[in-house]
Amino acid sequence: MAEAKTPSKGRGGRSTTRSGAGSSSRTSRKTAANKTRSAAAKAEKPATETAEKSAFDPIVFSKDEDLKAYREMLLVRRFEEKAGQLYGMGLIGGFCHLYIGQEAVVVGVQLSLKEGDQVTTTYRDHGHMLATGMEPRGVMAELTGRRSGYSHGKGGSMHMFSREKNFFGGHGIVGASVPIGTGLAFANRYRENDCVSVTYFGDGAANQGQVYESFNMAKLWHLPVIYVIENNQYGMGTSVARASATTELCKRGQSFDIPGHQVDGMDVRAVKAAADFATEHARSGKGPMILEMLTYRYRGHSMSDPAKYRSKEEVQKMRTEHDAIEQVKQRLLSDHKLSEDEVKEIDKEIRSVVNDAAEFAQNDPEPDPSELWTDIYVEA
Amino acid sequence: MPTEILMPALSPTMEEGKLAKWTVKEGDEVAAGDVIAEIETDKATMEVEAVDEGTIGKILVGEGTDAVKVNTPIALLLTEGEDEGDLKKAESAKTEKTKSNGAAHPEADERPKAEPTAKSLEPDTEKLGKADGPVSVLVAMDKAEPPEDPEVPEGTEFEEQTVREALRDAMAEEMRRDGDVLVMGEEVAEYQGAYKVTQGLLEEFSARRVIDTPITEHGFAGLGVGAAFAGLKPIVEFMTFNFAMQAMDQIINSAAKTLYMAGGQMGCPIVFRGPNGAAARVAAQHSQDYAGWYSHVPGLKVIQPHTAADAKGLLKAAIRDPNPVIFLENEILYGQSFPVPKLDDFVLPIGKAKIARKGSDATIVSFGIGMTHALKAAEALAEEGIDCEVIDLRTLRPMDIDSVIASVKKTGRCVTVEEGWPQNSVGSWIASQLMVKAFDYLDAPVLSVTGKDVPMPYAANLEKLALPNPTEVVEAVKTVSYAK
Ligand SMILES: Cc1ncc(C[n+]2csc(CCOP(=O)(O)OP(=O)(O)O)c2C)c(N)n1
Ligand SMILES: [Mg+2]
Repeated sequence: MAEAKTPSKGRGGRSTTRSGAGSSSRTSRKTAANKTRSAAAKAEKPATETAEKSAFDPIVFSKDEDLKAYREMLLVRRFEEKAGQLYGMGLIGGFCHLYIGQEAVVVGVQLSLKEGDQVTTTYRDHGHMLATGMEPRGVMAELTGRRSGYSHGKGGSMHMFSREKNFFGGHGIVGASVPIGTGLAFANRYRENDCVSVTYFGDGAANQGQVYESFNMAKLWHLPVIYVIENNQYGMGTSVARASATTELCKRGQSFDIPGHQVDGMDVRAVKAAADFATEHARSGKGPMILEMLTYRYRGHSMSDPAKYRSKEEVQKMRTEHDAIEQVKQRLLSDHKLSEDEVKEIDKEIRSVVNDAAEFAQNDPEPDPSELWTDIYVEA
Repeated sequence: MPTEILMPALSPTMEEGKLAKWTVKEGDEVAAGDVIAEIETDKATMEVEAVDEGTIGKILVGEGTDAVKVNTPIALLLTEGEDEGDLKKAESAKTEKTKSNGAAHPEADERPKAEPTAKSLEPDTEKLGKADGPVSVLVAMDKAEPPEDPEVPEGTEFEEQTVREALRDAMAEEMRRDGDVLVMGEEVAEYQGAYKVTQGLLEEFSARRVIDTPITEHGFAGLGVGAAFAGLKPIVEFMTFNFAMQAMDQIINSAAKTLYMAGGQMGCPIVFRGPNGAAARVAAQHSQDYAGWYSHVPGLKVIQPHTAADAKGLLKAAIRDPNPVIFLENEILYGQSFPVPKLDDFVLPIGKAKIARKGSDATIVSFGIGMTHALKAAEALAEEGIDCEVIDLRTLRPMDIDSVIASVKKTGRCVTVEEGWPQNSVGSWIASQLMVKAFDYLDAPVLSVTGKDVPMPYAANLEKLALPNPTEVVEAVKTVSYAK
């Protein structure tokens, strides 16, 4: 059981909490030297106690865990490919930001969450929704702007929510989801439950002012929030180095004494290990933690991105050498002794789920015109 | 049956593009995600990736083909178990594809280039007509006089330009003229602008004057204000004005109010510019019209042009103006072409409306993209014998209310058109001014056609309902004319 965490107790225990975080991290975290599979991290000496640039050795996954990770990641990938296709056909409009390449991040984190934990993210949200258990049909129907979509067609790709699954959006404004995720954590603390709020945002978003305002409050009040920075190396067409004075984003909490860790976001097991560590930290009243996931998006920023800012070779290298799904597939075949046919069977299954969602989303009717005027206020 | 690979839409407003290059040939095997072709729009070149795995059976649209409509089959893909025979079958079957294009927006960005005649001063009525119900019976207009503009000397030549090009030229000309003018914003330099408005500026003016910023609107807007206090003349681009809400405090508390608070010592010569209002299907957080918001604020000048010529002449004026200027552009208008006078230094006065169409029965007042609805409605009404005068405000603050009053004194009726929400809108201010200053001349209450009083929905059918359209303008004019 997690200890009771009233705000007053938390405030009183600030200094102990800090040293507690330090010691527990020393035991459950491996050193950078042990790291082998990092996508883009350079091994480097930790700079400070609280913001070590560190790696989580991938924990060993059982066959069931690998199977689950494989299915979930593949679902996201196939779903996104289908969404891209429907966009090209004009069935999805506006902006559509695909998550292809980053699947291990949300799937790995989700594996260590429990009922009641909340998730918020940006406009690149389809993967997060599927990982929290939202229905592919409902998500796809929202993408096509139809009445059975999660927002009845009124939100679209960037703005979807599910109270049932504790998915709090889907936010179109870069940086805006960070205080919101922090507020969800505030509510957890206020209610004295042991839920954590996972707040995802991008490397570009990590420069927004409201991120730091949130960090300060989160640490000040010991809020159970995990800031997951999905560092996919680019904010639109701008590389991290061109936008950020310091590029090790895991250290961005230093001024607030928020511990931060860098993680190989292409390895679902490393992500899970890091998330286990961070959720334990947050649930036990020690406050926020930053996880910088080194990852990569294979597609353009949105569907209308000419992608002149990076080379084809760079993309190809990530795809062939670090692909998250391929890694799990290899383990399924070699470590867990699945046959090619068994893996193909899973692929087929996932494809049919996605095709069903797409079929549904194309045939579902548009919202009733009267929907234009609903949901502006709650009936008071 | 082989799978048809269709010409994809690569942006919210794309309707057609050039098939620039095939990177595969017939008989090549492809896997999902492989790049198979490159497509060019007027904004960018993009790659098309295969969605399924298979063999390229037949290429249907050759390299270099221009103006390929979205959703046209461009190649046939043979999937597992299919061969040449299936291709033949496919050809003889001549599949009738229904081309549902949910993303179609009446005023598409990539419209075909209009003939460079004065006629295209008016919006593309043919295209607008398609999606707009009753008004679509319109035929193309034949009246072709360029509107009188005292700033354009007699005999001036005109050149056809898109709004996008006109804005770029305005910035480039002012940057050549004054070394203190600089551009900053997200993706303005190396990426050439998210909407390609700053295309080529980095190359000409270097990274010292064309500056990519981090995604930190509040920070760089405030930094621009500080630089302006020090005498520089920054042009701050917001990727869209939706993101300027992050910077609202610096725009209003610092840029707009400092001259007053400093007793006139310190002005703020800055331009905040970028696309404003709805694009196509980008939903509530990306589709807001801020005309009413900024025009509320003393200390700011607010410009919202419609045509390329006005965009150019007014942006140049805004850059030279010693005050903070909000310059509201529109994504859908970027790709539209208009005649722009060929003059070395074409600068328009801020704060002057223009009569875009002369008429005597009713006055329609609008600005920015609202002008497309206003002009189209006026043409439809002319068919029915109602002769409207259409006024393009161009500047919202200081507002040229005198021109509106002069027109209403003539017509006795007024309808305003804008995309923003109704409460405290630009139209409501015009209505109140007319009530005070032209009460005796009004034969009917002033009506405002606005965006609906709801956040912008994503669904195609709801979005269309949320936006103002020519039909609503026609109805409003008939109402104030007691013509129904
Ligand atoms: C406040 C704000 N500014 C600009 C944008 C436009 N925009 C959308 S996504 C994006 C890039 C964000 O990059 P990053 O945070 O790295 O996330 P990623 O897209 O890589 O997932 C920009 C500039 C926005 N939506 N909101
Ligand atoms: Mg990024």
